[in-house]
Amino acid sequence: MPALGAPPALRVFGVTKRFGAVVANKDISLDVARGEIHAIVGENGAGKSTLMSILMGMVTPDAGEIFVDGVRARIRSPRDAAALGLGMVHQHFMLVDTLDVLDNVMLGAEGGALLAAGRKRARARLADLSRAHGLSVDPDAIVGDLPVGLRQRVEILKALARDARIIILDEPTAALTPDEANDLGLLMRWLAADGASILFITHKLNEALAVADRISVLRAGAVVATHAAAATDARELARAMVGRDVDNALSRGDGPPGRTLLEARDLTARGADGRARLSGVSLSLRAGEIVGVAGVAGHGQSELIEVLAAMRRMESGALALDGEPVDAAVYDPARARALGVAHVPEDRSRHGIVGEFPAAGNAILGRHRDRALGRRLLDPGAIRARCADLMERWDVRPRAPDTPVGRFSGGNQQKLVFAREIEAGPAILLVGQPTRGVDIGAIEAIHRRLLALRDAGKAILLVSVELDEIFALSDRILVMHEGRIVGERATASTDRREIGLLMAGVVERAA
Amino acid sequence: MAMENILSFLGAALRLSTPLIYACLAGLWSERAGVIDVGLEGKMLAGAFAGAAVAALTGDVGIGLAAAVAASMTLAAAQGFVEVERGGDQIVCGMAVNMIGAGVTAFVGAALFAEGGRTPALPREARVLPFVWGQDALTLGAFGVAAITAFILYRTRFGLRLRAAGENPRALDAAGGSVRATRHAAVAVCGLLCGLSGADLSLAQAAGFLPAMTAGKGFIALAALVFAKWRPGAALATCLLFGGLDAAAIRMEGAPLPFLGVIPTQAFQALPYLMTVVLLAGFVGGARPPAAAGQPYRRE
Repeated sequence: MPALGAPPALRVFGVTKRFGAVVANKDISLDVARGEIHAIVGENGAGKSTLMSILMGMVTPDAGEIFVDGVRARIRSPRDAAALGLGMVHQHFMLVDTLDVLDNVMLGAEGGALLAAGRKRARARLADLSRAHGLSVDPDAIVGDLPVGLRQRVEILKALARDARIIILDEPTAALTPDEANDLGLLMRWLAADGASILFITHKLNEALAVADRISVLRAGAVVATHAAAATDARELARAMVGRDVDNALSRGDGPPGRTLLEARDLTARGADGRARLSGVSLSLRAGEIVGVAGVAGHGQSELIEVLAAMRRMESGALALDGEPVDAAVYDPARARALGVAHVPEDRSRHGIVGEFPAAGNAILGRHRDRALGRRLLDPGAIRARCADLMERWDVRPRAPDTPVGRFSGGNQQKLVFAREIEAGPAILLVGQPTRGVDIGAIEAIHRRLLALRDAGKAILLVSVELDEIFALSDRILVMHEGRIVGERATASTDRREIGLLMAGVVERAA
Repeated sequence: MAMENILSFLGAALRLSTPLIYACLAGLWSERAGVIDVGLEGKMLAGAFAGAAVAALTGDVGIGLAAAVAASMTLAAAQGFVEVERGGDQIVCGMAVNMIGAGVTAFVGAALFAEGGRTPALPREARVLPFVWGQDALTLGAFGVAAITAFILYRTRFGLRLRAAGENPRALDAAGGSVRATRHAAVAVCGLLCGLSGADLSLAQAAGFLPAMTAGKGFIALAALVFAKWRPGAALATCLLFGGLDAAAIRMEGAPLPFLGVIPTQAFQALPYLMTVVLLAGFVGGARPPAAAGQPYRRE
C-alpha cells in the first residue's frame, strides 16, 4: 500500500497533446503511488496510447508536466524515460525476433562499446531476476522462436533489468490465455508489493477490477473518472467509458437449431512456411446457432475461417454446404459467396476494406456483380444508393458514401462490412474477431445483430480471442490448440476456467 | 606449368573478386541497418572516376584513393539525407544515384580530359600496385574489411544496434537507441566501401577510368549479398566464388571442355545471376532480408 506523505512515484499534471485538429490528450492529470497498481481503461482512440508514448518519451506533449518521485521530469526520449526508471511492456512487443534473449534485454543499455562484458552482466542479471521473481527464460533462445507468453516475459525482464520502478503495461493480456493472464496479474501484484508502481492499460474492465488498486477512465482524451477498484464495478466503469448507460444484457430465442448447413471433415492446411496450421479439423454448423471458436491467437483459428471462406487452400479434407459436397479445386471466394457463405474477415484493413476507397466502393466489394449495380458498366449512382441504404440500416456514421472508408472509426468500418455481407442474404456467416478495434457502442450493436441473425435461422461461426464475446454469443464452443479442435462444449455447461485450460493445451481427461 | 596455371588463375580470381567484396560488404552495412541500396553501382562509378581523375591530376595514389572515397561518400550522404532523414523511397533514390554516377562521371570526364570520358593513363606511381604474392593492398584489405565488418556487426554495441535497426527499428527506438544515427553511420560506411570498390577498378585493375567501367558489378554484388543471406563471412565467400567464375570465364574463352566442347564465355558470366535467381525462387533455402529493409522509420 502507498506510503502516506511520500510524493507519488509518478504524477501526470495537465498533459495536453494535439495532432492537427484532434485533441488526443486533454488536460490529463493522474497519480500513481509507490506500490500501487493503477489501471487506465478506455476505448480505442480514447488517448491511452498517446499518454503512454508521452511518458516513454516517444511523443512530446504540447502542455503539462510530469513528476517522478516529486521531481519535475523532462522526458524527451526513451533514454530519458529509462533513466528516470520508467519501463514499458508494449502490446506489440518491442523485441527483435532474430536476436536472442540476452541481446534483446541489453539493446539500448549495452554498457560499453563491446558486447561481451554486457552479455555477461545481462546473463547474471537475468539469473537474479529469475530467482527473485520466478521469471525464467533461456537467455540464449532466439526471441522469434519463443511463444507469445515467453516473449512478453522477455519484455518484462527487459524493463526489470533496467531497474524500472514505474512499469507501464499496455494491453498485456491481449495475447495470453486466461491462465497466463492470471499469472501476469499475480506478477503485477508481486512487483507492486516489492515497491514498483504499475500503470496497467486495458480495455477489459474485469481485469482492471481484479488487479488494480485504482482505476482511471479515459474518454475522448480526458480522464473522466478515477475510482478505487474496491469501490466501483464494471457497470459504472463502462458508463464512464462510453458516456451513457451500456446495456449488455443480450437476449436470444430458444428455438432448437435447424438442419446442418456447413459440414467440414478432417480439414488440413499449411502455412507459407510449410508448417501444418490445421490438422484434421472437423466441425458442423447448423441453422440458427452460433458456434464460437476459442483459442489463443495463432493456434489455427484464422486458418480455419480462411479455409472455410475459400481464402486459403485446404490441403485435404471435405467440405459440404447445405448437404452438397464442395469441390475444393474450384472453391474460391466468389464461389463461396454464390453458395451463400458470407465472410467478415478478422483483419479488417487487409481483407475487409480498401481504406483509400470511398465507403460506397467498399459497400459493394465482392458483391459488385449484382445486376442492380449496373449491367455492363458499374452505375455510380446505384452504388452510392446501395451504400446509403446499408448505412441507414446499420447506422453507419457519418452517412457519407463518398468519404474514404479509412477515415471512419473502426466501429463504423466494421458495421459497413457487416452490412455488406449480411444484407446480401447469406445462409452461413463466418465472422472473425467481429469487435476488434471497435468501440463499445458498436460492439453492442454488432452483438445484437449477430443474435438476431441466429434467431432468424442463419448459421454463424464466430472466431474471437475475446472469451467474453465467445461466452456471450455462442451456443457451442470449440477450442483450438495447435491446429486441432481439442474440445467442444455447450456454452451452458462449461465455464471460462475449463475453456482456458483447453486453450492452454491441457489435454482433456476421459471423464 | 599446371601449378603456374593454377596460381595465375587464383590470382586473377582474387583480383576480380576484390571490387565485388567491397561492394557486397557496402550493401551489407546498409541493408543490415534497414536501408536497401540499389545505388552501389553509381557510387562505385563516382569513386572510380574521382580516384582516377585526381590521381591523374596530382600523380599521387594516396590523394586519388581519398578522392574516390570522398566522391562515393558524398553520394551516400545525399542518399542518407533523402532516405533516412526525409523517408524517401530507397529504391528510387538508389536508381537516381546510379544515373548520377553514370552521367556525371562521363560528362565531367569528357569536359576535363577531352578523351571521350576516359581519364589519362596513370603512371605507376599513381596506381595501386601489387606488392606481395602479386596482390595489391586493396585486395588484401578486402579480407580485412570483411573480418572487421563481422566483428563490428556481431561483437559491438554499434553492430547490435545496426542489426536491430534493420530488423525492428521501433524496438531500437523504444530501447533508447537512435535509429537515425545508426542508419546514417551505416550508409556512410556503405559509401566508404563503394569508394574503395571503385578505386580498385580504376587505380588497381586498370590504369585509369573508362565510362561505365563498373559494368554491372554493383548489381552482381547485390546478388552476392542475397546469396550470402546478408552475412559477412558468406558474403566474402560468395564474392570469391563469383570472382572465380569470372576468372574461369576468361580462361575458358575458346578453350574446349571435355565432352562439352567450346562453351560460350557468356554462359560462365551468366552463372552468378542464374545462381541468384535459383536462390530467390526459393530452391536453395530461403534468403530472408532484414525485416525492416526498405522501410523508412517514422515514430507514430
